[in-house]
Amino acid sequence: MSEVQDYRSKLSEPASRRFGTFSYLPAMSAAQIRRQVEYIVARGWNAAIEHTEPEHAGGAYWYMWKLPMFGERSVERILAEAEACHKAHPANHVRLVGYDNARQTQGTAMVIFRGKAV
Amino acid sequence: MGKLAPTKHYSAGVKAYRQTYWEPDYRVRDTDLLACFKITPQPGIDREEAAAAVAAESSTGTWTTVWTDLLTDLEYYKGRAYRIEDVPGDPSCFYAFVAYPIDLFEEGSVVNVFTSLVGNVFGFKAIRALRLEDVRFPIAYVKTCGGPPHGIQVERDKMDKYGRPLLGCTIKPKLGLSAKNYGRAVYECLRGGLDFTKDDENVNSQPFMRWRDRFSYVMEAVKKAEAETGEKKGHYLNVTAPTPEEMYKRAEFAKQLGAPIIMHDYLTGGFCANTGLANWCRENGVLLHIHRAMHAVIDRNPHHGIHFRVLTKALRLSGGDHLHTGTVVGKLEGDRQATLGWIDLLREKFVKEDRSRGIFFDQDWGSMPGALAVASGGIHVWHMPALLAIFGDDAVFQFGGGTLGHPWGNAAGACANRVALEACVQARNEGRPLEREGKEILAAAARSSPELKAAMETWKEIKFEFDVVDKLDGTKPAVAA
Repeated sequence: MSEVQDYRSKLSEPASRRFGTFSYLPAMSAAQIRRQVEYIVARGWNAAIEHTEPEHAGGAYWYMWKLPMFGERSVERILAEAEACHKAHPANHVRLVGYDNARQTQGTAMVIFRGKAV
Repeated sequence: MGKLAPTKHYSAGVKAYRQTYWEPDYRVRDTDLLACFKITPQPGIDREEAAAAVAAESSTGTWTTVWTDLLTDLEYYKGRAYRIEDVPGDPSCFYAFVAYPIDLFEEGSVVNVFTSLVGNVFGFKAIRALRLEDVRFPIAYVKTCGGPPHGIQVERDKMDKYGRPLLGCTIKPKLGLSAKNYGRAVYECLRGGLDFTKDDENVNSQPFMRWRDRFSYVMEAVKKAEAETGEKKGHYLNVTAPTPEEMYKRAEFAKQLGAPIIMHDYLTGGFCANTGLANWCRENGVLLHIHRAMHAVIDRNPHHGIHFRVLTKALRLSGGDHLHTGTVVGKLEGDRQATLGWIDLLREKFVKEDRSRGIFFDQDWGSMPGALAVASGGIHVWHMPALLAIFGDDAVFQFGGGTLGHPWGNAAGACANRVALEACVQARNEGRPLEREGKEILAAAARSSPELKAAMETWKEIKFEFDVVDKLDGTKPAVAA
């Protein structure tokens, strides 16, 4: 059995903050982000982009990037909006949301561009 | 009420039940409460008489005619056996379908429904064994019940968790820890990445750890883990208590401390206490986790008792935001198809009759919220791909030993489970077949998570492969008559 390891996580260390689904995995590559967008489109959900300063990531509301892309079936156009949001706010977390209007909830939500921990 | 009937005369004595309570031509009403019983009659009693006896004894009938029967409209109030079917592969018993008029039951009272349906009739001498297999609650009755205090969507919003199952852990050893040491175990789990930790069902308020001390230390742990990880956390504070007064006192204190969720054992605590607590939770914005101690006493025998799908419906009506449903893959009993049936009954808006999943009736829940299915008992990281494939996203996976037994401690164990879960969700979203590629998915995730790698090495060989005792009818070898 391997030697016991310390679990590195601290209040004083901003990098210890997590941000929901997939925040315990390495950051996604462009190809991986594309597959998650494809999943949202295939489920018939409405994609949306949100962002926030990492130090204000708590709470229910982040900044909406424009409006949710209702009825958008083009993976390319959704990715382009995500990229545009990331470019405009390079230090922020950028989240991809799939709204499930039939169930009145978010079918999924995940940070696809990670801001700098502060 | 009933149509104008010719005047009846009172004639004392015993009549065959079938004369009054067997109506094969009866047309079921949308407002009727329907029940399917599996009846094992005593030798020499024919099926129609046994079915009629069950209908009578669970509704208006008694063993002899009484003159006061004639003071009311029994045609309106009586339950009727209206159909009989063979049980596939088991000639010792048969299914009897009974329709009950809705006015036999007090509105919004799971207590009253079960007092009738599974009351005296279960001890009736003319039948050797009796099992309530399924109940169709008419939408008119469903609308009189409170149901889950919040439901799945509201819980996701409150806890800010989307697109994946939630992760929990029952704190062990379940008995004997001091409150401060117990809170330590909670804190370590939550900072490692779990969403919830849980009081074991046995933990109420024993001499080694009184409830008030436990609640205080646990909530300190929850708050620190939230600050540290930036994520919402909770611990199911068990408010199951000897009396309702004590239960509400504990619930109030949990709310004062800011606890997002509390817990109740709905069978040992009882439907009355549970329904009251669910109402309290709805009024106070506190989520309600439901444990099911005693269920196997009631639901495991294939010939006698109440099937768990009925207990699931009872809980959804009485109220709870989570319910333990078994894991299929862990250490506790649970047939896969039957489990899929009752998790549908817990979560979906409308569930169609499906005998391959043991569902005997269409069930319309209308706007009543669904509850999260809780898979708990003998599961660990290697089970993650199968759990996600079976349960989907609207579930809580609870790893007790599978978190606390990690060689580096609870935080590492929690982190291993979170990494494994997220890797499986990511792969599932990418369209990969989880159960076939589970091993590769986990192995790849472990390359960037030493915690997961250590967990996979620790639990490699553990499996639970005993056969299931309560299988769906027709899937087991035939028994001799």
